[in-house]
Amino acid sequence: MSETTDTVTPEQPFDRALLGPPLAGPTALGTDPVRFWHLSRALAVTDFKLKFFGSVLGYAWQLMRPLLLFGVLYVVFTEVVDLGNGVPFYGVMLLMGIVLFGFFSEATGGAVTCLSDRESLVRRLDFPRLAIPTSVLLTALMNLGLNLVVVIIFLMISGGEVRWTWIELPFLVVLLALFCSGIGMLVSVGYVRYRDVKPIWEVILQILFYATPIFYTITVVEAQNASLAKILMYNPFAAVLQQMRHAVIDPSQPTAAAAIGGTVYLLIPAGIMLFVLLVGYRTFKKQAPQVAEIL
Amino acid sequence: MSTAVPAIVVDGVSKSFELPREQVHTLKERALHPFRNPGHDTLHALRDVSFDVKQGEFFGIVGRNGSGKSTMLKCLANIYAADTGEIYVRGRLSAFIELGVGFNPDLPARDNVGINATMLGLSPKEGRRRFDAIIDFAELHDFVDLKLKNYSSGMLVRLAFAVMIQVDADILLIDEVLAVGDLAFQQKCYDQFEVIRRSGKTVLLVTHAMSAVQRFCDRAVLLEHGNVTEIGTPLLISNRYQELNFSEEARAIAAGGVSAIESEGEGEGTRPNGGPKDTIVIADFGGDRYGDQRAEIIDAGFEDARGLRQETLPAGKTCAAVFRVLFHERIEDPHFELRIVNSGDDIMFAASSKSDTGVFEAGDEGHFRVYFENVFAPDRYHMSPAVRRQPGGVWLDFRERLRSVMITGTEETDALVWVRHQVAMTRLRADGTAEIITHSGAADVEAAAHPASTESPA
Repeated sequence: MSETTDTVTPEQPFDRALLGPPLAGPTALGTDPVRFWHLSRALAVTDFKLKFFGSVLGYAWQLMRPLLLFGVLYVVFTEVVDLGNGVPFYGVMLLMGIVLFGFFSEATGGAVTCLSDRESLVRRLDFPRLAIPTSVLLTALMNLGLNLVVVIIFLMISGGEVRWTWIELPFLVVLLALFCSGIGMLVSVGYVRYRDVKPIWEVILQILFYATPIFYTITVVEAQNASLAKILMYNPFAAVLQQMRHAVIDPSQPTAAAAIGGTVYLLIPAGIMLFVLLVGYRTFKKQAPQVAEIL
Repeated sequence: MSTAVPAIVVDGVSKSFELPREQVHTLKERALHPFRNPGHDTLHALRDVSFDVKQGEFFGIVGRNGSGKSTMLKCLANIYAADTGEIYVRGRLSAFIELGVGFNPDLPARDNVGINATMLGLSPKEGRRRFDAIIDFAELHDFVDLKLKNYSSGMLVRLAFAVMIQVDADILLIDEVLAVGDLAFQQKCYDQFEVIRRSGKTVLLVTHAMSAVQRFCDRAVLLEHGNVTEIGTPLLISNRYQELNFSEEARAIAAGGVSAIESEGEGEGTRPNGGPKDTIVIADFGGDRYGDQRAEIIDAGFEDARGLRQETLPAGKTCAAVFRVLFHERIEDPHFELRIVNSGDDIMFAASSKSDTGVFEAGDEGHFRVYFENVFAPDRYHMSPAVRRQPGGVWLDFRERLRSVMITGTEETDALVWVRHQVAMTRLRADGTAEIITHSGAADVEAAAHPASTESPA
């Protein structure tokens, strides 16, 4: 910049200061948040439209799937294994667990392969790389929204009532979405380098399904082994689900804070969530410029 | 003063890729061999590339396969980050590396246009507003709600191109999407390029089609092995490009000749009763072979005017195409023929033994040589020699594209042949005066055309 005015070479008879910053290469977030949003939304809406494309019942499947699983588990745990009998709102709580876990597994499991599924975009267009895992999360959120409507209807049928604490629901969903986004960022770039991420994550999801109070309640675990119940609640997903059950379905269910043994202990799942989010973002940001080259 | 500032400045950009010799793709491999460093080859795709593109310029990026032009394009499009050096882009740049990015076959055109427009940088609202213009340009009114998988490839291309030109950008980066669609649509695209060009937008066109470069570009850069070979006018760039191609091909043929000798042994066992002195030529270009091979084409090539084998021949001189046939059994009146095709597979020339050729006994050889005036335009030509039992009969041996020759020349032509000619141009004014404007070319052509003209001028 300093020598521009005196020592202009014939090839460059212009002020280089006018050029502005050089290209930075592909990034995770890009420079234009509006474009980021448009892209994520366009990708998500496409996915949403395509999901049940060609099936006779179309979108109804998105609602039927959790309901069918719910039906099976409900029969098993009330008629075969005596786990749900006597628990108020067991059916709705089971359904809530299934719906939330469905969201969790769709958002994170779908994120694993999302970058390589969208390879043609990544290799041919300059756009914020994070838009792709974000779109997966958005699609999952759309499905969750519809499924939650079913849960509410069930709740009403089972004799639940509208309460002020329902206001917690959107915040809890946002918390869970942030957790999913952290995992999504981590596994999506991980998969680009190591294809084993996919089977590994499938196993982890399986474990999480049983390690989270989905078809059982945390009170059942507390009765058997109080410390195990607390450890189960360290899982951010379990904490969110428990709070959801308390706030939305049945106030007699312990809050997440009560289940974990004190509000202070909530820092553990919160810390895990934040850690995953930060590590996920940092990893994604670091890898984003190379994704097009490695794929 | 802003016009003096280039739209794009590429300043000393280098980009290399590490190609691992052994791709470590799973954690298990990592875990089992934690200390194994598979090593990698470094591919220098771009080395210290610098050029400027002025505002409103139609600029070509030219190079052969592997020259680094695609990497350059991806760096400009901000898909790859450059290792060193800087790229400055003034204004909004849209890159069209492929038509129809994000097209989904299961969705109708209406949805796809929206998605594609969003990908290319329009807001969804703007995309909807321009939908009609897009469909108008693509001429697809009747198919708006048809799923893309039911579109013909031509319709797809039209739709994609129509979306592309609707995108607002100051700088367009286009990768070889010119030659698409049917002729009428191609013309429409070319017209559109003219419009874009006149509208003052800066366009970068990445291509290896010299005709496009000459037609549209103001300037171009020629890349070779990641280096800038030349920056200049389209004509200069095309000439340098042709040179590069010729020299490279000549080298490749020389290398191919060596391998042909090395692989001689393979032919030995398969021949029914070949003599030891024979050399079976290996086709340069892997053409098909037909016939029962009771007589075999054992050698073929091109000769210059002095009768010496050549891999490249100058245009405009006499030359010869030659092949030898070894007979493994007695054949009466075999028929020899050869065809020469250009790189576009047009048959440029065919010749055959006109009369009865007599009896060839087992072990005899037939040499077939065609002398001809080389009027071919600069290009690569392939010879397909054949020998038949009788004219129009079954093939004894027919080897497609057995040998090739590069014709080089200085004459600029996009025609198939370059015939020696003279150009005479006269202006006849209304007042009756005549004025010769041009009179150039081969003088003897005119002399032959008007043998009497020197004696009785008009």
